[in-house]
Amino acid sequence: MLSGVIRGLWVTIKHSFKNRETVQYPEVKEVLPAGYRGLHKLLLWEDGLERCVGCKLCAAACPVDCIFVESEENEAARPVSKGERYASIYEINELRCIFCGYCEEACPVGAIVLGSEYEFCADDRGKFIYEKGDLLVSRPDEVPELQTRYDERKLLTYV
Amino acid sequence: MAELSIIIIKIAVAFGALLLIATYMTWMERRVFALVQVRYGPNRVGPGGLLQPIADGIKLMFKETIIPMQADKVIYFLAPAMTLIPALAAFAVVPFGDSVTLFGRKIDLVVADVNVGILYIFALSSMGVYGVVLGAWASNSKYPLLGGLRSSAQLISYELSLGMSLLGVVMIQGSLSLKDIVAGQAGMPYIVLQPLGFLLFVVCMIAETNRAPFDLAEAESELTGGFHTEYSSMNFAAYFLAEYCNMITLSAVAATFFLGGWRGPILPPVAWFLVKIFAFMFFFMWLRASTPRLRYDQLMAFGWKVLLPLSILNVIGTAGAIAFMGS
Repeated sequence: MLSGVIRGLWVTIKHSFKNRETVQYPEVKEVLPAGYRGLHKLLLWEDGLERCVGCKLCAAACPVDCIFVESEENEAARPVSKGERYASIYEINELRCIFCGYCEEACPVGAIVLGSEYEFCADDRGKFIYEKGDLLVSRPDEVPELQTRYDERKLLTYV
Repeated sequence: MAELSIIIIKIAVAFGALLLIATYMTWMERRVFALVQVRYGPNRVGPGGLLQPIADGIKLMFKETIIPMQADKVIYFLAPAMTLIPALAAFAVVPFGDSVTLFGRKIDLVVADVNVGILYIFALSSMGVYGVVLGAWASNSKYPLLGGLRSSAQLISYELSLGMSLLGVVMIQGSLSLKDIVAGQAGMPYIVLQPLGFLLFVVCMIAETNRAPFDLAEAESELTGGFHTEYSSMNFAAYFLAEYCNMITLSAVAATFFLGGWRGPILPPVAWFLVKIFAFMFFFMWLRASTPRLRYDQLMAFGWKVLLPLSILNVIGTAGAIAFMGS
């Protein structure tokens, strides 16, 4: 019995010299991999028009039905997007979202993408319903973490 | 008058330090466990997690004290005290430093130098068994009852070997007083003369404090918490503190008997005393993190069939050696 105890003590004391793998969050944050799926972003074209044409393919592809889209006709004088319609209401319930990325794969114009933000907490369920104003963001080249995913995709382009 | 105030100050210092160290043993235990499990322990609450015991204490104070229905209320509340008081009082005869001279008076750094020191400690540790059994019985519930009975049987079995393993040192020194035993180790610590006694004492020490691998009585997986299942908040804290105070007192006794107490080369005596206590505490925690627990019948068999004969052999051998060298 004594030899077993001593062997056990030796194993534990060997462990005490090993490097600890614990990441001391929040002082130290893990480096995210290239394809990390975080909070959504709605992208714009280079000239400032919105990419989203309100086609609702993302809402159809979503496995948990967390996207709500309503589209309206683009006014000819002041178009919002490059197609015939634009999304007048675009809401995503980030609490329901499972961050699978199907909406990003379904989108024909590359409007909805998943970024790398993972530290979005709130104290009320209502605050997790992100509207177009919250999601809308800059052009893809201003969001560096999306560059690698973006260059590989085939997108419909509007002339 | 001055004598009385000196004694009161010594009591305050010794027991205050004992309680403070016992509280911070919870911190040390969690950090040591984490060290051998390749992770960090609590290191958020204060610098290095040092305010964690205070946070735990405050949390325990706010918890609801649940008393089982039809529990014997008086004994239910008295039982943790009956474990805690002997654990604290046993520290009174342990010398924690050399004599100091303050204001022209020579003060021995021991609260009470009783000439039957070690007998006093054993008497008190036997009384500590009462607290366990009565707490278990007063809880009026199956698991604590079984846990308490097992624990008390374990405690009284290992007390025999605990006492006999110290008899060798007592015979060599010729005195039961702990102060004399430290004084007698000026040349050589008794661990050199009594290695078997030391080993036996360490094993019995672990069994007496209900620590792994002898902790069946309070094992969560075996007995849902054993004799302190039905205790919550401050009552539970009392039992917990009693266990740590017991560990510290027995570590102090081991350091006194076998390692020379407060003796040591460069550092001040109290520092050496603390170093030796912390070394034993580290060993307790290291052992707890490394070994599975013994089954109850293995535990009892080990106590009666292995340790007791070995300690009797130790006594006989030491007596023979003394008689041989004396003649």
